[in-house]
Amino acid sequence: MARHTQPIKTSTLTGPIAAGSVFFLILAALAAVASKAQWPVTFGVADWAALRFTVWQSFLSALVSVVFAIPVARALARRRFVGRGLLVTLLGAPFILPVIVAVMGLLVVFGRSGWVSQGLGLFGLPPLSIYGLNGVVLAHVFFNLPLATRLILQGWQAIPAEQFRLAGQLGLPPVVVFRTLEWPVLRQVVPGAFALIFVICLTSFAVALTLGGGPRATTIELAIYQAFRFEFDLGRAAMLSLLQLVVAGSAAVAALWMLPPIAAQMGRDRPVQRWDARGAGLRALDTMWIGLAATFLLVPLGAIAASGLAGLGQMPSQVWSAAWTSAWVAALSTVVLVALALPISMWLAQTRWGGAEALTLVGLAASPLMIGTGWFILINPFAAPTQFALIVTALVNAMMSLPFAVRILMPAMRQVIAEYGRLSASLGLSGLALWRIVVLPRVRAPLGFAAGLAAALSVGDLGVVALFADGDRATLPLQMYRLMGSYRTDAAAGAALLLLTLALGMFWACDAWGRRHAEG
Amino acid sequence: MLKVEGLKISLGGFALQASFEVDAGQRVAVIGPSGAGKSTLLGAIGGYIPSEGRIDVGGKDVSNAAPDQRGIAMLFQDGNLFPHLTLAQNVGLGLRPSLRLTDGERARVSEALDQVGLAAFEARKPGDVSGGQQSRAALARVLVQGKPLLLLDEPFAALGPALRGEMLDLTSTVARDTGATVLMITHAPEDAERAADHVIFVDEGRVEPPQPVSEIMSNPPPALRAYLGR
Repeated sequence: MARHTQPIKTSTLTGPIAAGSVFFLILAALAAVASKAQWPVTFGVADWAALRFTVWQSFLSALVSVVFAIPVARALARRRFVGRGLLVTLLGAPFILPVIVAVMGLLVVFGRSGWVSQGLGLFGLPPLSIYGLNGVVLAHVFFNLPLATRLILQGWQAIPAEQFRLAGQLGLPPVVVFRTLEWPVLRQVVPGAFALIFVICLTSFAVALTLGGGPRATTIELAIYQAFRFEFDLGRAAMLSLLQLVVAGSAAVAALWMLPPIAAQMGRDRPVQRWDARGAGLRALDTMWIGLAATFLLVPLGAIAASGLAGLGQMPSQVWSAAWTSAWVAALSTVVLVALALPISMWLAQTRWGGAEALTLVGLAASPLMIGTGWFILINPFAAPTQFALIVTALVNAMMSLPFAVRILMPAMRQVIAEYGRLSASLGLSGLALWRIVVLPRVRAPLGFAAGLAAALSVGDLGVVALFADGDRATLPLQMYRLMGSYRTDAAAGAALLLLTLALGMFWACDAWGRRHAEG
Repeated sequence: MLKVEGLKISLGGFALQASFEVDAGQRVAVIGPSGAGKSTLLGAIGGYIPSEGRIDVGGKDVSNAAPDQRGIAMLFQDGNLFPHLTLAQNVGLGLRPSLRLTDGERARVSEALDQVGLAAFEARKPGDVSGGQQSRAALARVLVQGKPLLLLDEPFAALGPALRGEMLDLTSTVARDTGATVLMITHAPEDAERAADHVIFVDEGRVEPPQPVSEIMSNPPPALRAYLGR
């Protein structure tokens, strides 16, 4: 007999209103941009080059990330060793690592005068160059290899332990285990992981800003920034924004049906006992993959810590005021995110309308710089947009986090409705009391996690603020970028360490809040 | 007290029809094979499953009322308590969904917990007490709710036979104290004989009107006889 769940009686309007205001902010920006574009829109040689580079680097980044993630995930799935849990947790770290901090770490290791280049110099070899396509893809892989690894690992860990027990009892060789158990999951997860990374890389800005540039390595997002910032050509910025929307939007829509769910935590990460792959050769192979991945991820992080400690004393005072600015922008952004994500995810968890889930992905496709450009155009006739730089940054950051937050919260909301919908209805719980007494305590853990992601993402974001800000107003990532641009590398490294601490600290504070008193 | 008239529920391929009356103060066991529609029937009366027809509780038409506006308290198979709230808070929800209780209401909650033998457990959470104690806490809430009709969808099914009997007795006490009419689903004829005075037999979407338990058990109709295996 069918089991019925009682829809939960929160206000039926708050969800659509919250979603509607997000749409309004995006559509208003789009309309403003379109009004400035010169019709008919024409594309120059540089624009086509930006489009080609954007798609090509996204494709390469997604491909490399996924191809290397498979052996790493396989090694992690079938090995148990001391520190495995820590390593799996660290795979989540790039998600909250500020992009510009990672770039700094990669430069210290792989840059022209970085550790690897110095090592090569000892053998008389030329230094590495990570500016251009190489660097952009390297940085994207640094961020997305762990994401892909986690997605694949999650898929494999969802295979019931009994199946591996059966495989062990039958003595199935690794090849057969792969074909019968691992491959079907891989075939489901890999296209989704590839699509997600491809879409994320399409709208990547900070990596292209720091490691790309020039006619051969400019993304559309970077071209918008340059048109806006250096040429102040609003028409061209508008035209590029539309191009970006079409490219990223169609990719996101195409990817929608294969996107994997984003698990809040790998909390129940119990390595499954496996009996395949016991040979010494396979063990060595797995060890090598885990070692390579750990080195690739950990060494740049260590480099930030090492060079940052040295640079802490050399930071100008602006760095500290920028850190303060960043902290409150992130706090504001997180509050906005929570206020939007809670009603939207509750609404989406209850609605039967299939298009609802697609709404959450619009945020992935809408380029932050397009929204920023649009709001610059809207504010400009009435006030100096620089005065609103930080507010707009906080709002845009909240919108960037929204798709992730909604995907994290929705399963928890669905569970609350399924388990406590009838009981709440029978007791007449509704409105705010329902939120306070039932929903918030039940979704506290994923809410804390989502808020932590949003805070870290906002504090580390170098995007809209770069468009708007003047000399007086800067967030910490922007300040750090300015230090890098003026070759004050030591001070920039110190700022990177401060920024990293701030991002991890804010994430930890929110996540710890969510886990405290959170019950299963 | 409860009057069901031309009730019709269709869920996919399953259809259920019912017309019957239950007098005030009766304790009615709803029995029948799995999948016969017992839970569906109670779900519709409680307002959790959409249905056609008319449902009167205490002389008032509640067919279109929300679950909490029907004068009905209901205990489900599981999930009768919020695990993150203390037992006292869970009981308090029966008085005020906002949980902002007056001193008098707080005393009422303590009294109810005392009545079901949980005086020392007010500050505990459901996860820290036994299954039987969880059932007692849910019954304490029924006590403070003081609704005229109580629906039980096998809330004690997971308990052992002795404990289940104990809970049925406690339910009868609670029902007597609040003057509530009871409709309870059960699989076990001995439960019906222990805690009910009437029986409604449900089979393949048909709902027989209530009959005195001694009569129907001593002379069961063929379908019920087949179900009971007698």
